[in-house]
Amino acid sequence: MRHLLTAAMPRDEAVALLDLAEDMHQIQDRELKKLPALRGRTVVNLFFEDSTRTRSSFEIAGKWLSADVINVSGKGSSVSKGESLRDTGLTIAAMGVDGVVVRSGASGAPALLADWIGRPVVNAGDGTHEHPTQALLDAFALRRRIHGDAARGAGLDGVRVAIVGDIAHSRVARSNALLLPALGAEVTLVGPPSFLPPAASDGTRLGVRAETSLDAVLDERPDAIMLLRVQLERQAGHVAPSPAEYITGWSLTDERLAHVEGAHILHPGPMNRGLELSSRAADSDRSAVLEQVTAGVSVRMAVLYSLLASDHPSPDHGGAR
Amino acid sequence: MLGPDEIGRALTRIAHEILEANHGPDDLILLGIPTRGAHLAQRLADRLGEITGIDFDARVGALDVTMHRDDLRGRPTRASHPTRVPAEGIDDRVVVLVDDVLYSGRTIRAALDALADLGRPRAVRLAVLVDRGHRELPIRADSVGKNLPSARSEHVRILLSEVDGRDAVTIEGGAA
Amino acid sequence: MTTLLTGAAVLGGAPRDLAIEGGALVDPETVDRDAAETIDASGLIALPGLVDLHAHLRQPGGEQAETVASGVRAAAAGGYTCVFAMANTNPVADTPAVVEQVHRLGLEAGLATVRPIGAVTAGLRGERLADMTMLARSAARVTVFSDDGACVADAELMRRALEHAAALGAVVAQHAQDPALTRGAVMHESPLAAELGLTGWPSVAEASIVARDAMLAEATGARLHVCHVSTRETVEVVRAAKARGIAITAEVTPHHLLLTEELVRSYDGRFKVNPPLRAERDVHALREALADGTIDIVATDHAPHAPEAKQTAFADAAFGMVGLETALGAVQLAMVETGLLDWAGVARVMSTAPAAIGREPGYDRPLEVGAPAHVVLVDPAARSVVETSTLKGRSANSPFLGVELPGRVLHVWHGGRRTVAAGEVVTGGGER
Repeated sequence: MRHLLTAAMPRDEAVALLDLAEDMHQIQDRELKKLPALRGRTVVNLFFEDSTRTRSSFEIAGKWLSADVINVSGKGSSVSKGESLRDTGLTIAAMGVDGVVVRSGASGAPALLADWIGRPVVNAGDGTHEHPTQALLDAFALRRRIHGDAARGAGLDGVRVAIVGDIAHSRVARSNALLLPALGAEVTLVGPPSFLPPAASDGTRLGVRAETSLDAVLDERPDAIMLLRVQLERQAGHVAPSPAEYITGWSLTDERLAHVEGAHILHPGPMNRGLELSSRAADSDRSAVLEQVTAGVSVRMAVLYSLLASDHPSPDHGGAR
Repeated sequence: MLGPDEIGRALTRIAHEILEANHGPDDLILLGIPTRGAHLAQRLADRLGEITGIDFDARVGALDVTMHRDDLRGRPTRASHPTRVPAEGIDDRVVVLVDDVLYSGRTIRAALDALADLGRPRAVRLAVLVDRGHRELPIRADSVGKNLPSARSEHVRILLSEVDGRDAVTIEGGAA
Repeated sequence: MTTLLTGAAVLGGAPRDLAIEGGALVDPETVDRDAAETIDASGLIALPGLVDLHAHLRQPGGEQAETVASGVRAAAAGGYTCVFAMANTNPVADTPAVVEQVHRLGLEAGLATVRPIGAVTAGLRGERLADMTMLARSAARVTVFSDDGACVADAELMRRALEHAAALGAVVAQHAQDPALTRGAVMHESPLAAELGLTGWPSVAEASIVARDAMLAEATGARLHVCHVSTRETVEVVRAAKARGIAITAEVTPHHLLLTEELVRSYDGRFKVNPPLRAERDVHALREALADGTIDIVATDHAPHAPEAKQTAFADAAFGMVGLETALGAVQLAMVETGLLDWAGVARVMSTAPAAIGREPGYDRPLEVGAPAHVVLVDPAARSVVETSTLKGRSANSPFLGVELPGRVLHVWHGGRRTVAAGEVVTGGGER
């Protein structure tokens, strides 16, 4: 793996990353949270978009692996003064950094940077395209929920996951629609029609099944429900449903929660309680939300280790490049 | 070079040496270095259990040293392994590190660092099935199953039934 | 001075001789063969000088990307002898001063005729009509009006523009793009756009405007030209409008005849263009429509951009591709080598028909004795990989870089004057 640009990767590669993350996860139980694997390596978190959560998670992951982590924010830097993406990338690469973690509002920006700067690049979320470490941590948290201590080596075979929200504008949905099926899960995308991306000729959207009725999908008793963060005022402009309309059709309300008691509940955060899901759903013992946050550090440690520990990383594998 | 019977006898001897050096089983913990060292540690635990009549299953574990290796940069990305430490921890215990082959000593150096991150043992001992020489660090084993002087160009392979389907120690290549 | 071209496959037909004398084609039987410069044209195709109804020459205001002089250099290299220059300059070509400046720069450059296109609305803002009559009566004698780059979206404005154009004998060339359906759009709306996380430009945003404009053209009796048709649905609308007897013509670009949205997977800004590269089914429909006459002409939509406008995130990159140098090769590959069009057909869609739509005289009798000597000699058997050195304009934002295209423009005469010799643009007439 040279870069992590997409969550599209073969099953064995995904399982290996999740297993590595399991080993990294053990550090959570230790008093001394430090491994020397990336000592002397420098990682730049290049964030053109604000995201305290993701940036902090990558920062902790890098520091627990003993890397030097530098945060470069798009705001207030030359980035906001019209410097081109290419110049920004080349400038940072010229400082001798070993890897760059990129968050950008523009789909495809990490892929372009990877081509331009000749250093390992991690996509920390690009526009409405992908957020591969989010999908990995979702898979990690879900795999632990389902397999417990026997998670190593396992996939998500036969696990039925409903992903609910503004699918069309969600990089989390895209990455999960690629990763979870590769691990054997059956993914159904659910949202209002204006929140669903264009359908392929076989009716699938993003390569998986898509439905507009959350209640019909919940009747199928999915094993897990992933609620996406919805920004009604921003994401779809004047064609977004009103909050009341959204709650009526697509919120995990107390009533719907009672209907699907067994399902695990995931949310990438930050949650809009009362909109995407009720407080009871968010706080129930079915909710894996805090486990997802913890998993984020472990998964990002695994990714940084895979990309940066060796000067001779294993040959390229398909989508993960 | 070694067959199943010789490996078995060597492990039994190592088990006795460990007990002798420790003046009994008190505070002993066995940590094997994955993958084969971890299996050897389990086998030693079984023998110690037989000899002492104490259940050693709760006193055996695995110590992954991948993140502490000094050759991560120069080699292809190494896969890691789980670390399993007995529930009571390692503080003030006598930790016996178990590995299959002692060669440069760099793996054991990494293991000592990894161990230091987990706690503060009263003492650390080292037991290996094979010592093939060529040390690059001032490290020495307390118990050795078999000394196998070898050329650097040779490849010493340890086969264990848990991983490889049979027990054997072989030397290949050399004199190229 | 007489030039004799011997054994040329004129319009792809049986080999015969052509003679150029004093700016016109003359009967080769009447010339003094010993005194004439003779060019062995055996194995070469003779075509009339190509006419591009749709190019962005960027001057005034965008000189870092292209100038009139560099643009006609690119045009000559591609076999063009006449280029219509789009109005979206800065300032916009909505006053006689601007169109006359562009016209004059073309005359100075000399390598090809430059015909300025006038804006339909003042400042291309889509708010009120430009002074179309003044533009038509200027020294630049504007015959084509277009807001290209922007759509004349307001139906009332479009209706009045068509009425004015009809009165002037001019044509309105519409960039058909419903702005409400294409907010933030950067590529074809498709499952691939969904996968790439890029905002889609749906086919219906083009076809619906063309359908509306066709009905407005019928109602006003005006001539409507549709710029860069890119979808199967638009082809069907144009076909229906022609069957209805509406005075509608349509163009397709070389890149839409060859390339699909799959190229956008790279997020390379070179493949960002408006209208966007579409799907395979659209490419097939466009080729068929060009072959059967539903689409009348090929126009390049030559749109130069400086490197920094393209070397950025796909959503931030500028729309457009250069095309003058590669158009003929692309058409040979897409249409001739597929058997969809013969060389006479190429002459029709790249010279005779665009000149007729733009009311440019001198192209109605291609390569006939007595006609102005706008002549191109092409080696159809040559093949070469497009490189930045292939491109003779100022910008290198070609989607064909690294791609092998057939055909090589070897010699070009513009009104009897040599503009390309042995594949090289004749220097002295123009400057970069």
